[in-house]
Amino acid sequence: MAEIIKKATRDAYGENLVALAAEYPDLVVLDADLSSATKTGMFRKTFPDRFINVGIAEQNLMSIAAGLATSGKQVFASTFAMFAAGRAFEQVRNSIGYPHLPVKIGATHAGISVGEDGATHQCCEDIALMRTIPGMTIINPADAVEVKKAMRAVMKLDGPVYLRFGRLAVPILFDESYDFAIGKGMQLTEGTDVAIIATGLMVAEALTAAELLKNEGIKARVINMATIKPLDRDIVLKAAAETGAIVTAEEHTIIGGLGGAVAETVGEALPVPVMRVGVNDTFGRSGPALELLKIYGLSAENIVVKAKQAVEIKKQSCR
Amino acid sequence: MDALTKKELLITATKIRMAIIEGVYNAKSGHPGGSLSIAETLAVLYFVHMRVDPANPKWKERDRLVLSKGHTAPALYGALALKGYFPMEDIPTFRHVDSHLQGHPDMKGTPGVDMSTGSLGQGTSAACGMALAAKLDGSNYRVYGILGDGELEEGQIWEAAMFSVHKKLDNLCLIIDNNNLQIDGTLDDVNSPYPITDKFAAFGFNVITIDGHDVEQIDQAITAAKKYKGKPTAIILKCVKGKGVSFMENQAGWHGTAPNKEQYEQAMQELTAQLKQYEEAV
Repeated sequence: MAEIIKKATRDAYGENLVALAAEYPDLVVLDADLSSATKTGMFRKTFPDRFINVGIAEQNLMSIAAGLATSGKQVFASTFAMFAAGRAFEQVRNSIGYPHLPVKIGATHAGISVGEDGATHQCCEDIALMRTIPGMTIINPADAVEVKKAMRAVMKLDGPVYLRFGRLAVPILFDESYDFAIGKGMQLTEGTDVAIIATGLMVAEALTAAELLKNEGIKARVINMATIKPLDRDIVLKAAAETGAIVTAEEHTIIGGLGGAVAETVGEALPVPVMRVGVNDTFGRSGPALELLKIYGLSAENIVVKAKQAVEIKKQSCR
Repeated sequence: MDALTKKELLITATKIRMAIIEGVYNAKSGHPGGSLSIAETLAVLYFVHMRVDPANPKWKERDRLVLSKGHTAPALYGALALKGYFPMEDIPTFRHVDSHLQGHPDMKGTPGVDMSTGSLGQGTSAACGMALAAKLDGSNYRVYGILGDGELEEGQIWEAAMFSVHKKLDNLCLIIDNNNLQIDGTLDDVNSPYPITDKFAAFGFNVITIDGHDVEQIDQAITAAKKYKGKPTAIILKCVKGKGVSFMENQAGWHGTAPNKEQYEQAMQELTAQLKQYEEAV
């Protein structure tokens, strides 16, 4: 097996802002005094005239981004997920979402893998919040390659997008040939016993889980769902039809995120068991990211447990 | 300002007031008080100062207006209709299900609306974004934000104020309707933002305080704001909420209440008399 190369998606975000800026002269980046952490600092150094620091004022950040977007700017607005989706929710909804302005919200430090900063900064609610805004696109890349592809794709998007990035270095899963499309899930492994639909850093865990399940004779179909809204209904319903058992995996509360979206979709069209791996309606705490991921069940091992449960429920319902 | 211009502006302001009453009455809801207080300001902005083209509402180099106190949309709609962005006949459709005239301004639906507003505090930041875009592009368009005095209780206003001075947005002019009333009473009864002038001065604004119903003073203040370099301007309008309709003046209760038929008729009668007076003036 090749050596695993790891990189945080926030680092890829920072690098690709710089790369895109040369191509898009109207691209500007806003930050709220977190440029060293969100990695917009790379852009700040290279394009100081196109970097706007609004200071510690996230509500202002989002509404200023909206104003810039009305006047032809390609705006990336960056802060931590907690403040982008949480504190500034209503600014995102009313200043950006309602007028459907093409603001790109670059939200870093999403999820429990923020680590030592603890519960106040571990945002596990952002996908749920953003999903409720009509017309919002939500993309949660799994690795640095997906970040690059997604950022290029959103430049053409006529509407708001929430890009979700992590602080923790995660394995690079894809190569440059990866063909990313907004709103399209991607099947990574073949399998008809159970489908594991994963997003963000849980995609790597899902692939490991599929290996573990294979050893136990369960063939798992792993689907990478980078775009959570609009959800790729076709790939979800195909998985429901062909496997009859689904596990979702996300670094987010089990309420209203990918698991919610998948459950709603199959519940209305093709009901099959949907087991949700995620943060189980609880706040996080301080600790090393990798330990926290295990403690909160965001692991290949837990996906395996849930996958077996899903398969069992499927068997019972067939009797 | 010559006498003819002044006369025309007073007529326009009165017609804006009539549109406000027409819209709110037909909607059976809406916010007449704070709409009536900014009629002269909108008349002076749209008919003297703002570089706009009603035939091309999205013209990139146009001056922009953000009605941060979005609930006073009836006044904006009146001004936009009079300016020719859409027919006056649309005014009575305000707040109706098939109308483009939403309860609060919708930039996607109404020609001439530069920003969707309604949630207080946000429009001012959006205006900052527009003014900043002009600076980044080397464009010389100007951005006007109209704020309520009660709206100054929103923390985001001061985030935006700090930012606009820091970025030297001298193409930004904030106009504060200081009519001293908000839903629950006077500003002092609720949570006083006074002294408003001192606060904007302390944030670093060029501050001008005027009579908000004197078209000459409004014209002079906006002209002064255009000339002022290096800082944004805040114009504090001393206004009467409900101005022009006797029984609505200085009554907090008319913040968000529509007149009934009798009240509507009385209001229109009063405004018609004012209009006649201005039209007959030499």
